[in-house]
Amino acid sequence: MAKIVVDVMLKPEILDPQGVAVSAALPRLGFTFAKSVRQGKRFEIEVDGEPTPAQLDEVAKAAEKLLANPVIETFTVRVEK
Amino acid sequence: MKIGVVTFPGTLDDRDAARAATHAGTTAISLWHNEADLKGVDAVILPGGFSYGDYLRCGAISRFAPVMEKIIDAANGGMPLLGICNGFQVLCEAHLLPGALTRNHELHFLCRDQKLEITNNKTAWTTSYSVGQEIVIPLKNGEGSFQCDDATLAALEGEGRIIARYVGENPNGSRNKIAGITNERGNVVGLMPHPEHAIDALTGPTADGLGFFTSVLKALVK
Repeated sequence: MAKIVVDVMLKPEILDPQGVAVSAALPRLGFTFAKSVRQGKRFEIEVDGEPTPAQLDEVAKAAEKLLANPVIETFTVRVEK
Repeated sequence: MKIGVVTFPGTLDDRDAARAATHAGTTAISLWHNEADLKGVDAVILPGGFSYGDYLRCGAISRFAPVMEKIIDAANGGMPLLGICNGFQVLCEAHLLPGALTRNHELHFLCRDQKLEITNNKTAWTTSYSVGQEIVIPLKNGEGSFQCDDATLAALEGEGRIIARYVGENPNGSRNKIAGITNERGNVVGLMPHPEHAIDALTGPTADGLGFFTSVLKALVK
């Protein structure tokens, strides 16, 4: 069974207060590696068999319409083995 | 005149919205999210709350409720439509209004009486006010930061489509302190603070919010 993964991120120009809060928490715990942090969403969609190009197109349409809000977010669709 | 008030699963402020509509002299009609029927109403209010638990994004799932199809068609035909708080988020998700509402910039849920300046009194919902008038009504939300791209912001400013701004400190990081906007036609208004909670001295901090509901009555009688 394959998995289609949709990653949704706020566009770079949209303020991400959650990412900022995480980025501020890291150094308090001694983790000093982060220049900045952005937080996003990940959808894992299971399908039967190998995803077809048509299925991936459908998922992209669903991402455009429901999973992401293109006004503030971008998304990527990929297959995870 | 009949004003429909929609209830989605998780809506909180439908009763106060109906009470405000009644207080202004209209008849409030309950509309159910799952019925594609506007019951002959002349205007619609999408009230505040946490429809569908704010899952996915605020308003993202409600926007596809059966009643919304009818509302979107009617609004495109000129029917007055007011979205308050979660209702504003639904209007943005439905693309009846531009932009989007995102997490408050300091992440806190805010609940307080908020001073606003009315900046457009030509819409179906704001003619009872004067431009520059300051009102105080409750603000209560976690995701009230209005965001849009620069071109959209310039168009909203240039066309006078910002109907209210926060006065004083920006409570949530909204661009240009935007508290509410309207569409090009002026029949659809989205507002983050809650006028329906401020319609009389008994239950609200002021009666400043009543003007939204008396405005639409005037618009409908005309």
